[in-house]
Amino acid sequence: MIYATLVMDYFKNYLKTRLTYRLDFWIEVLSDLLFNYMNLFFILVVFEHTALLDGWNRAEVVFIYGYFMVPYGVFICFFNLWGFAEKYIVKGEMDRILTRPANNLFQLSLENMDPASLFGSVVGAIIMIVAWAQLDMPVLWHDPFMLLLMILGSIMIYAGVYVALTAIAFFSDSPTGILPLIWNIQNYGRYPVSIYNKIFRILLTWVLPFAFVGFYPAAYFLDRENLSVMALLTPAVGVVFLTIGLTLWNMGVKRYRGAGS
Amino acid sequence: MFSAYIDKQFPLISAYLDIMRIRFLMMMAYRVNYYSGIVIYAINIGAYYFLWKAIYGENETLNGISLVQMTTYVAVSWMARAFYFNNLDREIAAEIRDGSVAIQFIRPYKYLMVKIMQGFGEGIFRLLLFTTPGMVIVTLILPIELPKDPAIWALFMVMLFFSFLINSQINIMTGLCAFFIENNEGMMRMKRVVIDFCSGLIIPITFFPGWAETVLKFLPFQAITYLPGSVFMGTVGGKMIFTVLGIQVLWFVLLSAAVFQIWRLARRRLFVQGG
Repeated sequence: MIYATLVMDYFKNYLKTRLTYRLDFWIEVLSDLLFNYMNLFFILVVFEHTALLDGWNRAEVVFIYGYFMVPYGVFICFFNLWGFAEKYIVKGEMDRILTRPANNLFQLSLENMDPASLFGSVVGAIIMIVAWAQLDMPVLWHDPFMLLLMILGSIMIYAGVYVALTAIAFFSDSPTGILPLIWNIQNYGRYPVSIYNKIFRILLTWVLPFAFVGFYPAAYFLDRENLSVMALLTPAVGVVFLTIGLTLWNMGVKRYRGAGS
Repeated sequence: MFSAYIDKQFPLISAYLDIMRIRFLMMMAYRVNYYSGIVIYAINIGAYYFLWKAIYGENETLNGISLVQMTTYVAVSWMARAFYFNNLDREIAAEIRDGSVAIQFIRPYKYLMVKIMQGFGEGIFRLLLFTTPGMVIVTLILPIELPKDPAIWALFMVMLFFSFLINSQINIMTGLCAFFIENNEGMMRMKRVVIDFCSGLIIPITFFPGWAETVLKFLPFQAITYLPGSVFMGTVGGKMIFTVLGIQVLWFVLLSAAVFQIWRLARRRLFVQGG
């Protein structure tokens, strides 16, 4: 129960800091939505010039994008630990976290949370519903549950990959530039993976499984016959990557010795 | 000596050049950070190549642009971005917020000129260690057709310089907004999104629907990516080249006036947050 109160307290704290600069807060929310809108606009423009993208029509690609936005918003809200190395390792802030009784990763997640990004998830859900209606797809009784399961799997993939990458800071204190690299690659999981060549496809499916945060789980609802096996792997891949991430993280925390001086 | 003469006649010029040199050397010291940047840009270019390939499908050309030209456009646009991109907005906003901009006011040089020169030092660094090797790598991997006429190359370099100037001016204006609204983090983020999209980095402007294309033709962003990119891929040629260059110069002049105005207003509003 202590954790629930912690969430509330951190949330109140967040609101106070963010609403100090109220105008800026809303501009930031607006700019995030604008960013999403532009990605969507890109898809719409593309379909002005072609009817099919590798066999997928406009509503289907839009549906995939809508799905992509939902776990992405949750990920940015809770697992975006950008700048962890400078803030917590170099400056020694990690000491403060570790001397407190609550789980360290939990504290970090709450300290850096950004609930404003959940607006993106909501917009994504709306896009999915609209595209679903346009596609005239049936809604089966278990679809909402499957959708939740898929989203959960995708969130676990994000969490696993980024916790693992953030944990690198425990092992090496020089900036590696790997985080922006991965950040970039994840964007390509929102298009049908079949458009890429073999290297990209294998990379997005098995190495950095970002095809599972967009294309595969969304395709479960679009093409149940051919892609449901891949789609159903989403939660499994999520569990595997989250386990890797947490293991690396805990190994890293054990190695942490403070910033000295 | 020539440089001694310059020092004597225009003491500030050599100061500005030194500021540029120092920023360049500073970037050199951290150059390892940039190797991953080349990989990122190469991946972006590669991914967009596959995307466009799927969009083209069976079509030979779309909007009069062939797939090879489109690939060339995508490659050169991203690599040009590596050159003109800078964080002047963030640097200026940070200096306004912590108050160190006040010290800059009493120094004999022009603050904005210093910022531009720092940005240019950074740009030169990226041009040499990022854009050039990146372009070579991408040309080897993807079907890209480089211009054969050296005049086009020369002209493209000039246009690239204007891309840098116009992008920096927009950055400076965004940064100076910190004088008027205390926290302009959101604005800076929005600016980045708008520039990437409206400059034609993601889609060439002629691919936009009619109304959007018309709107974008009246905005300065096209001068950053689309205009130099289309000269490079060869869809703009002949006399049109001078029109295109003219548009860039025009925006440079207009934005200079705007920056100057904002700077004048901003200096009267200086107040420092915290202490």
